[in-house]
Order: sequence, then C-alpha cells, then structure tokens
Amino acid sequence: MSAVTISGVDKAYGKARVIHGVSVEIAAGEFVILVGPSGCGKSTLLRMIAGLEDISAGEIALDGKVINDIAPKSRDIAMVFQNYALYPHMTVRENMAFALTLKKTDKGDIDAKIMRAATILGLQDLLERYPRQLSGGQRQRVAMGRAIVRDPKVFLFDEPLSNLDAKLRVQMRSEIKALHQRLGTTIVYVTHDQVEAMTMADKIVVMNCGVVEQVGAPLDLYDRPANLFVAQFIGSPSMNILQGSTTAEGFTASDGTVFPLPLFEKTETALAWGIRPEHLRLADSGVPAVVEVVEPTGAETLIVAKAGNNTLSALLRERIRVAPGQHVFLAPDLTQLHLFNIDGRRIPSTV
Amino acid sequence: MSAAVGTRERGELLKNGAIQLMLAINAIIMIYPLFVMVMSSFKTNAEIFSSPFALPAHFSLANAERVWSETNFVRYLANSLGITLAAVALILLFSTMAAYAIARYQFRLSALVLMFFLSGMTVPLKLAIIPLFIQLDSLGLVDSYAGLVLVYVAMGIPSAVFIMTGFLRTLPRELEESARMDGASEFRIMRSIMLPLARPALVIVAIQNAVPIWNDFFFPLVLITSDKFKTLPQGLTVFVGEFTTDWGVLFTGLTLAALPITLLYIVLSKQFISGITQGAVK
Repeated sequence: MSAVTISGVDKAYGKARVIHGVSVEIAAGEFVILVGPSGCGKSTLLRMIAGLEDISAGEIALDGKVINDIAPKSRDIAMVFQNYALYPHMTVRENMAFALTLKKTDKGDIDAKIMRAATILGLQDLLERYPRQLSGGQRQRVAMGRAIVRDPKVFLFDEPLSNLDAKLRVQMRSEIKALHQRLGTTIVYVTHDQVEAMTMADKIVVMNCGVVEQVGAPLDLYDRPANLFVAQFIGSPSMNILQGSTTAEGFTASDGTVFPLPLFEKTETALAWGIRPEHLRLADSGVPAVVEVVEPTGAETLIVAKAGNNTLSALLRERIRVAPGQHVFLAPDLTQLHLFNIDGRRIPSTV
Repeated sequence: MSAAVGTRERGELLKNGAIQLMLAINAIIMIYPLFVMVMSSFKTNAEIFSSPFALPAHFSLANAERVWSETNFVRYLANSLGITLAAVALILLFSTMAAYAIARYQFRLSALVLMFFLSGMTVPLKLAIIPLFIQLDSLGLVDSYAGLVLVYVAMGIPSAVFIMTGFLRTLPRELEESARMDGASEFRIMRSIMLPLARPALVIVAIQNAVPIWNDFFFPLVLITSDKFKTLPQGLTVFVGEFTTDWGVLFTGLTLAALPITLLYIVLSKQFISGITQGAVK
C-alpha cells in the first residue's frame, strides 16, 4: 500500500505553470528524494504535500485518502524546513511540545515523547536551551525532533542540510538515514544536491522544469538514465556527453572526431554519446587526446583531456603519471556506453 | 609604522572624545530643565524668583502637602492612569490585529487598507477639534472617559498600524507555516508565535502612545469639564491663576506627574532600544 500517491498534479501561479502533471507513487516506509536544479518545482511539490500550497489540478492522496482540501494541521504530516523555523522564544523542550500541546496530549505523554526523541537525537542536555544558543547542527536536530515527537505518517524535509557546512552535512546525512532506518516512517526529502540523493534515498525522483524526468532507485538512475538530463544530473563528476551522429566508423562527434561504438544492431540513430568518467581508461590505443588538467585527490585522479574539440573527463583509480600537455589515448569501456536518440532518450543497450 | 598607528589611535580618540562630548552636552540640555523642575518643587514661590537656579534652601514637603490637600491629586492620577492604560490597550489590540492581517495575509485590497490607515497620520486631529467636539457631543460622549479614550485610540492607531505592519512583515514565513503544520489555528499562530516575537514593536507602540497621552493637556481641556474626570495635567492648572501662579506647587505636581512615565520608560528602555535598532543591526 502506498503512503503517498501523487497523481497528475499541476501547479500554476496565475498563468505561470510551474508543475506539469506530476505523478509519483511513494510506498509506506520509503525514503524518497525529490531532486533537481533550482526552480524545477520540487519544493513546490513538497509544499503541496504539506498543504502549504494549493493544488491546481490532480490529486494527492495519503493512505488512499485524497487530501487536496484537508488543512495542513489535519494531514498528520510533519515538515522540517530549510532554515529550521524553530520558534525563537521557546526552549527546545517547548518547541518540541508545541504540536502535542495543541493536540491536548497528556502532560506525561508529552514528556515521554520528548525524552524519546531527545534520546534518539542526543538532545537530552539541550532541552532547556533556546534556539539562539544552539549550533547549526543542533538546531537541525531540534527541527527533526519537533517532527519526530508528532509521530506523523510522513516526514517532509525541505533542503534541510543546505545551511550546514560540508563536514556537518555529511554527518547529518548519515544521521538522517539512520533515523529513517530506526523509525521506518515514510520520508519525502527535497534537495538539489544529487550526492545527498544518491547516498540517502530508496527512490529518487528527478525533476526538471516542473516534470518528472525519471523515478527509480539511485543505482538504476546511475546505470540506466532515461534521458540526457538525468544522465548529466546524476553522478559527480558528471557524465561526458558528446553531440554527433552514428556513422560507419563509429560515433562521429560534431568536430569530426570518431569515437568507438559497441557492436549491436543499430535500431536507432544515436545523436549523443555518453560515458561516465570512471569508464574511460588511458590505454595504448584508442581516441587520441591531449591532457589539459590533472586533479589528484589521493584515492583517484581526475583527468580532463581534449580529443579534437571535445572535452572529456576521466576518473582513474590507479596512480598514473600524466602531465598537462601530454598526448594520451582514451579507451572507453564499450559495455558502459550510453547512447541517446534525437529526443534525448536513452537507447536501450542490446549488448 | 608605530607612529602611523599612534596617529590613527589619537585620531580615533579625538573622534570618540568629540562624540562623547556632544552626547554629554545633549544630555545636560535634556536633563537640566527636569532638574530645575524637581528642585523647584521643593521651593516656595518667592524662592523660585529670588534664586531660580540655586538648590532649595531646605527640602520642604510643604508643596507636596498642598498638592495633596488642595486638589483631587489621587483622583487625577487614577484618571490619567486609567485613560492612558485603556487607550494604549485598545490601540495595541486593534492596530495589532489590523497590522497582522495586512502583513501576513495576501488579499486584494491590502495595500489600499494600509494606505487608508496611513492617511490617518496625515490629518492633525487638533485641527478637526470643532467637528470632533460636535460629533462627540451628539454621541453624548463629551465629558466622559469613553470620549477621551476613543479620541486617543483614533489618534494612535495609524502610526501603530504602520509600525506593527512593518515589523510583522519581517518575521519569517516559515515560522507561521511550521506552526500551521504543527496544528495551530490562525489565532493561535498570531498569539503564540507571532506576537511574542513582535514584542519589541509592541513596546515601541505602547511607549510612543503612552507618553503623549499621559502628558496631553489639549483634549482633556476641551472635552472634560467635570472635576471627577480630569486628568493630571489638567487638574494641576488649579495652581495657574489669572493673576498669580503658584509655581512651587505646580512644579511639585508636574514632578509627581512625570514620575510614573519616567519609571515606565526606565523599566522598558532595553526593549525600547532593541525595538528601534532592530533591522538596523541585523
């Protein structure tokens, strides 16, 4: 049974349509991440689930019940905001108790729930502090605590980590994931950071310009992107994409450089050729290229090279001594090629 | 290099010194009349004219005694207090609700409604005193608490709505949304989340209205005739005669009248200042 069903949802502000017929199924207990570039409508979609934005067309259902016209407070959904939105004049305890007090929960019950949430999040010693006395990470935890005590059907997270520094972000990422495994509550999470999406999600919904580009498990999206947008959005460093067309010799890029193609029945003409950086090797033969930039990070080395007019990046796990200006041969792993047709859709590989 | 630092430090010192000096002079200009008032309240009429700036020969409470016995001082004080409190409370209540609606909800004519309130600030109410008097008279409100309070409320609302709207607009939308998701009603959001955060603005509005209302002489003079409804500034005019004025007693009365509002200001000054500088420093 799916926890949240979004079917054919549109959002328009006056004449400007920002979401075009989005449909997504979210199963109970699933960790779903809406990801996409700024302005793709992912936050708007989340706010529509929360009830903070009207739904212009279509339906959103929670546990099979359409909630289009139900007020946010009656939806049994909790949300963690990007800037935490902690009530500045209330202590951590009061912040967490607010929703429960409004529901006229028994005092002892409230204390028990707050203690439980505080223990999960390690906030026991901070309950009497005010938000201004907390660090960014602690505020983030309080915001989550405020959601946890309500024990809602669904948690919504709106870019919760974007105000934290890089190190804390990585730490909170695993904390949120651990929290999900512990509570088992459905989570809908919005981010523009594809790394966050890849590392945390059970299911990723890639959005662009108000439409869903692809829905799937993180590695499915990585290995089989449905189209050019997803191919370039998912993965860091991003996939090398070359424009051109298939010819007798292989794939001829727009500048005339020829790249190899796997042998398969050519059902469709490919207009774009893509390969992830880690599937490019330096070899004794292949596509001739000139190294432009070498970025060693220790574990791996990123090489940016130019083949004709095409810039390609290659991520090498082994330590190879190369210097900018050096002539090398790039050998793509032909089993890992992605070809895209005229509509930008991925041509299913028959290898 | 150390010489350069020295010069800069000296320049800084000079600048700070000049600022301090200006502030000191300003403070003296402000405080000295009050000082004279307090000192004169202990003097006899003759002493005030013979040595106006000297300290009183002896601190006699004779003037205070006369204020107490020759006027209904307690009555006036209670009237002033009651009228000021009632007016400020009503101003806060109505202007906060109006400002909250204008600031936090989107509706078609919100800008127009705000303009309507602001237009109230452009009308000097004292110019309209004759029609106002006629209006209050036909409503039977002349020479009553209600008449005076209503005039003050009408006078205070425009600027109060202006200040509150500006402040409430700066409060983040997410707080409201978060409370809404937590299950709070609209009224609850206003009362439990927004108003506690708007306290600096509320204090500003309260003080900005309380001081002129407390000190007001004009409207009680025009609207109040019965002794039992008189406010302090008005009541104290007993000592201002056509031919002689008992300055000593008058100063005592004024000192006593100024006391409550001064205390109020001292108590709330921290909030008042934080309210004024909000937005300026963040």
